[in-house]
Amino acid sequence: MSSDKLTLKQRFDRWMIKHGRVLVIGIPYFWLFLFFLVPFLIVLKISFSVAEYAQPPYTPLFEWIDEGITITLNFGNYLFLLSDSLYATAYLNSIRIAAISTIITLLIGYPMAYGIARARGSMRSVLLMLVILPFWTSFLIRVYAWIGILDREGLINAFLLWTGIISEPLIMRQTEFAVYVGIVYTYLPFMILPLYSTLEKMDVSLIEAALDLGCKPWQAFVKVTLPLSMPGILAGSLLVFIPAVGEFVIPELLGGPNTLMIGRTLWNEFFANRDWPIASAVAIAMLLFLVVPIMWFQHIQTKQEEREQ
Amino acid sequence: MPEAVLERAHEDVHKTQPWNNPDAVPYIRFENVTKKFGDFYAVDDVSLDIYRHELFALLGGSGCGKTTLLRMLAGFEEPTSGKIYIDGVDMAGVPAYERPTNMMFQSYALFPHMTVEQNVAFGLVQDGVSRSEIKELVAEMLGLVQMSKFAKRKPHQLSGGQRQRVALARSLIKRPKVLLLDEPLGALDKKLREQTQFELVNIQEKVGTTFVMVTHDQEEAMTMASRIAVMNEGVISQTGTPFELYEYPNSRYTANFLGQVNLLEGVLVDDDEKYAVIKSDEANCDIYIDHAVQGHEGMTFWAAIRPERLRLTKTEPEETKYNCVSGKIEEIGYLGGISTYHVRLESGKRIKVTEPNTGRHNEPTYTWEDRVWVSWEAGAASVLNK
Repeated sequence: MSSDKLTLKQRFDRWMIKHGRVLVIGIPYFWLFLFFLVPFLIVLKISFSVAEYAQPPYTPLFEWIDEGITITLNFGNYLFLLSDSLYATAYLNSIRIAAISTIITLLIGYPMAYGIARARGSMRSVLLMLVILPFWTSFLIRVYAWIGILDREGLINAFLLWTGIISEPLIMRQTEFAVYVGIVYTYLPFMILPLYSTLEKMDVSLIEAALDLGCKPWQAFVKVTLPLSMPGILAGSLLVFIPAVGEFVIPELLGGPNTLMIGRTLWNEFFANRDWPIASAVAIAMLLFLVVPIMWFQHIQTKQEEREQ
Repeated sequence: MPEAVLERAHEDVHKTQPWNNPDAVPYIRFENVTKKFGDFYAVDDVSLDIYRHELFALLGGSGCGKTTLLRMLAGFEEPTSGKIYIDGVDMAGVPAYERPTNMMFQSYALFPHMTVEQNVAFGLVQDGVSRSEIKELVAEMLGLVQMSKFAKRKPHQLSGGQRQRVALARSLIKRPKVLLLDEPLGALDKKLREQTQFELVNIQEKVGTTFVMVTHDQEEAMTMASRIAVMNEGVISQTGTPFELYEYPNSRYTANFLGQVNLLEGVLVDDDEKYAVIKSDEANCDIYIDHAVQGHEGMTFWAAIRPERLRLTKTEPEETKYNCVSGKIEEIGYLGGISTYHVRLESGKRIKVTEPNTGRHNEPTYTWEDRVWVSWEAGAASVLNK
């Protein structure tokens, strides 16, 4: 059959075979470009400008002067971040809180993931369902619920006062403790799910083989289960750590005035101080802080995949 | 024969066939072992003795309880009731990591995050053996299974056959009293399996360890094992050497499980001290047996005859009173060395006959729809009552 006698549908099919791949990959790339890269570039641009009382509240970066384009880059915002110790403290605090939360989440999440992975088939899906169930309720409402639990007149204090264990209510809300509770509670599923998927794939006979060769159960765990679940531990930890660093809602609602985290600082710069350029610089710096561990993780993952092939 | 010679022959038998020596002490003993999973009896009141240096095979279809029996020996399952002894020691309550057994897993269960060397050394490291000794033993063991070249590789860089060798080395290195093998060749392709069967037997002879293996492959069991226990629905239906099981099956189940067999149902019509006659309506013939049968006249029996013990002729044999049926050739299977023929008897029953193809230039003797006579010797049939 000659090509000029092709029907429209046949032509379309051939075109799809040739260019379909590009089209399919192109759509998500276009999406990311439009809604991730472009806003990022705008924020980047603002971070190099100077604040002024105007609409928008910052100086333009590009100006037409004498038929030529003049670019005015202002590194002052970044220098300011370095000069004021408030920002460094906020960054370090965020990383500390995120790191400790990640470790607590791992310690709680690992046994849960292990239990689910070793549960019987029907039980397993029920348990997984229970892990995912909180997502059906709004995140904000769940954090508000914690206020009700941790408050001075909250559920825990009411119960402890009623039993007579304490005579004065405990101060739990507006402390760093409450922030840990909030972060660990919120991000626990993100730890459990990747851990579950690596543990579930693991062949039980590997543990039996370790026992058979003389390992006590805890030794088998340390020597076999733990190293083999490393990819899950890494994935889960990053899924908790990265958003926890930039967390705003939880420290805002549960933390006290002393819980300084970068998310709150960012909010204050934008909405309290109306200093968009500084706020943008804070955001860009935070992004760089977070991109480094992601890149590192990806690097490890690709290396592992290469090793497995 | 002079008495001294007879006695020596007897001693030899006792050495090579301890199961025929009433004084021999079993190395592994199952005493009325039962294992229940919920309401299901995986193993039902099994008693079994296995002797030192044996290569013992537990043979049966899936779900027959053979793997459960092996796992109870390894310590991964505890019997619901009954006792297991290894070398005289009661294994009740002894955890897997303290048992004198090692297991080669069906999936090999090699640790994917360790090299071949580390895998093989694992058991020794666990026991706190000195580094120099470990190095020596691992090298020796890898030599034995011909894997020295691959010591630094990870399991996923090996072929199936190579993984199988590493698994064997890893389970042998602690010199266990008993090596347990769960479908040791199940994951290999046919060619490699045949080759590996003999290698495993050679290694067993070299190291002298008692092997207990689980398999569903009757050919594998027959080639390798000193003795076989045929299992069915949690019960051992027969134990014996490959020869005993093939030639003297005690039930239709074993006869069917090991090799191929024609079962002809009939009733005992004549029972003498020297012979017996079974009348089979199914085959429309009288079956003459050259020994007495335990039973009374009128009882139902099955005559089990192997396809290769049947004789196929185009002309009617001279003697047709006993052990002779006629029919038409319905199917022909040419397998190279032998051919199998399915013969439809006049009664409608189908029997299977195999004939060796001896000459290269021979014309095919039989073709479809040929009328043929099938006959057999008086000693060819085993008489079964269950």
